[in-house]
Amino acid sequence: MKAEILEKLQVLAESAKYDVSCASSGTTRKSTPGGIGSTSGWGICHSFTEDGRCVSLLKIMLTNYCIYDCAYCINRRSNDLKRATFSVSELVELTIEFYRRNYIEGLFLSSGVVNNPDYTMERMVRVVKDLRTIHRFNGYIHMKSIPGASQQLVHEAGLYSDRLSVNIEIANEQNLKMLAPEKDHDSVYKPMLYIQQGVLQNAEDRQKFRSAPRFAPAGQSTQMIIGATNESDKQILNTSVALYNRPSMKRVYYSGYIPVNAYDNRLPALKQAPLVRENRLYQADWLLRFYEFNVDEIVDDRYPDLDLEIDPKLAWALRHPEQFPIDINKADYNMILRIPGIGVKSAKLIVASRRFTRLTSYDLKKMGIVMKKAQYFITCNELTSSTVSDTSPEYIRKLLTGKKTPKGKDNQHQLTLLFD
Amino acid sequence: MTALYDAYNRKTFPDKLLAFDEQEPLFVTESHSVITDNLNSARVWKGLEQKLHANTLNMLTCVWLSELPGSDELIFRYARKTFDSKHSIEMNFADADVLQMKKIAQKVNHERHRLIELVRFQKAADDVFFAPVSPDHNCLALTINHFKDRFRDQKWIIYDTKRNYGYYYDLKNVTEMTLDSTNLFPEGKLDEKLMAEDEKLFQDLWRGYFKAMTIKERINPKLHRQHLPQRYWKYLTEKQ
Repeated sequence: MKAEILEKLQVLAESAKYDVSCASSGTTRKSTPGGIGSTSGWGICHSFTEDGRCVSLLKIMLTNYCIYDCAYCINRRSNDLKRATFSVSELVELTIEFYRRNYIEGLFLSSGVVNNPDYTMERMVRVVKDLRTIHRFNGYIHMKSIPGASQQLVHEAGLYSDRLSVNIEIANEQNLKMLAPEKDHDSVYKPMLYIQQGVLQNAEDRQKFRSAPRFAPAGQSTQMIIGATNESDKQILNTSVALYNRPSMKRVYYSGYIPVNAYDNRLPALKQAPLVRENRLYQADWLLRFYEFNVDEIVDDRYPDLDLEIDPKLAWALRHPEQFPIDINKADYNMILRIPGIGVKSAKLIVASRRFTRLTSYDLKKMGIVMKKAQYFITCNELTSSTVSDTSPEYIRKLLTGKKTPKGKDNQHQLTLLFD
Repeated sequence: MTALYDAYNRKTFPDKLLAFDEQEPLFVTESHSVITDNLNSARVWKGLEQKLHANTLNMLTCVWLSELPGSDELIFRYARKTFDSKHSIEMNFADADVLQMKKIAQKVNHERHRLIELVRFQKAADDVFFAPVSPDHNCLALTINHFKDRFRDQKWIIYDTKRNYGYYYDLKNVTEMTLDSTNLFPEGKLDEKLMAEDEKLFQDLWRGYFKAMTIKERINPKLHRQHLPQRYWKYLTEKQ
């Protein structure tokens, strides 16, 4: 391997880094004699970049040449940037050598579109096929499916990859067409459907023949750009729910828009990526997936956007003071999950321990519950704090969002005693 | 475990457990030295096996490996509560010891996971992949099955520089080993003379890749350190 690879690697990593997904979970594959590696099932992050994102897979593009001119993408055809292309063997060797040093968990392969979608997809499939069949690589492979690629190629990709993904990019089709005139939702939903069909068909096959080869065992994921267009959080979250209702969809990622192409006046001029909004959307996503919330409970016509100041669960609790306080020692598990400051783990701890003894606020604190928030929404064995139903939601909100004064600063405001 | 056996035998329970090289506190009314007896300790372990779930037994092992001060007494108290109670105490997290047990075990497990993530192999000239580590808790042994499965077709050594022992895998078996001198890898880096030919290239590639992945608009050093604590940086290729 020659040193010029370094430059290629950097160029193509720069181009690939705006893809959010880095999950390496969902598949368990033991190592095989003569093969390389294994997949653990719960995902392993191997490093974290200075922006705090995890590096689990070698996230790389096969090439960053692209025939499309999408306004939100750094690799658009009209951008003047360094372009590079990996050969199949270079990329395969790089993946394996990185893997052997425990740098990565596998490969995340994506690509700009050259010539046409099928041509590009075929080259990508060759990389993963080489890894799986020639090198008998058992690590994780996540492959992007190119919008517009044929069903046959998507199917072949699924046989070698653990997860496939197609990015929906913009939740509203009109907005997508505005920013990416060459794309539409149809070109995104079609490959999604191919993947879904493949997964379902495969599940059926494997019931009949246990040895049937697996098809994308970790399902599929997708990504939406936040803040590049004018969608409300309600639209975005409803799109997510619709996607999660599809059988093979495992994750929807949200990517706060980073002004990579600031000169394009179709895009809003942002000083900073909408990181708080992105975070709130992920919190809402978690409420949908793990906290048994319904999407209309989080956003509705009255509140189409998430509150940036407080998290969506607290916002829901403050809009519904009539549901509180909740008795920790009696309430159902799914009601305990709804208390701000209590997560899935602590809710489980509470339900397990209260069979032995009545829990007090002291016990809760030791279990790691955020009492700062939870105290206004619960009753337990002895707690006599003013709950949200005794006071008002506005008052609690003020208490929880009020400016924190650093310790020791209070003294400055102490009144001086007057001595005459 | 023998201490527990002795305590039940003598029907007196200690206030404090000490290792042999630890100094006794002042005003000791009675002390009893415990000599490890494999038979008795096996009997106690068997008793625990009957009363506890396999996961909880793993937790006990984790707490023992944590090497935290007081963890031995915690195990002692936990085992005693288990034997004295009619019902299982495993899920009673309102009990301070049960909760503490879970917390420490979680810590050790977390560190085990960190090791699996952050071990960085360097390829030596004789095709052995070498990785130095220095975990806070003594949890290297817990990771061996993972590495053995994953890197079954390459020879590797993972070496705990803090406790001065390691494991060597020779394509068939994993054996425990101790190196006579740690001069071969000053500051965690393999001596350049010992490195494989292309090792430096791949280290540079990895560093270059790592740098290129950062999105400058989103830099967040606090989050970075939270996920990747500074104490691990000395052995991380990308942070050198």
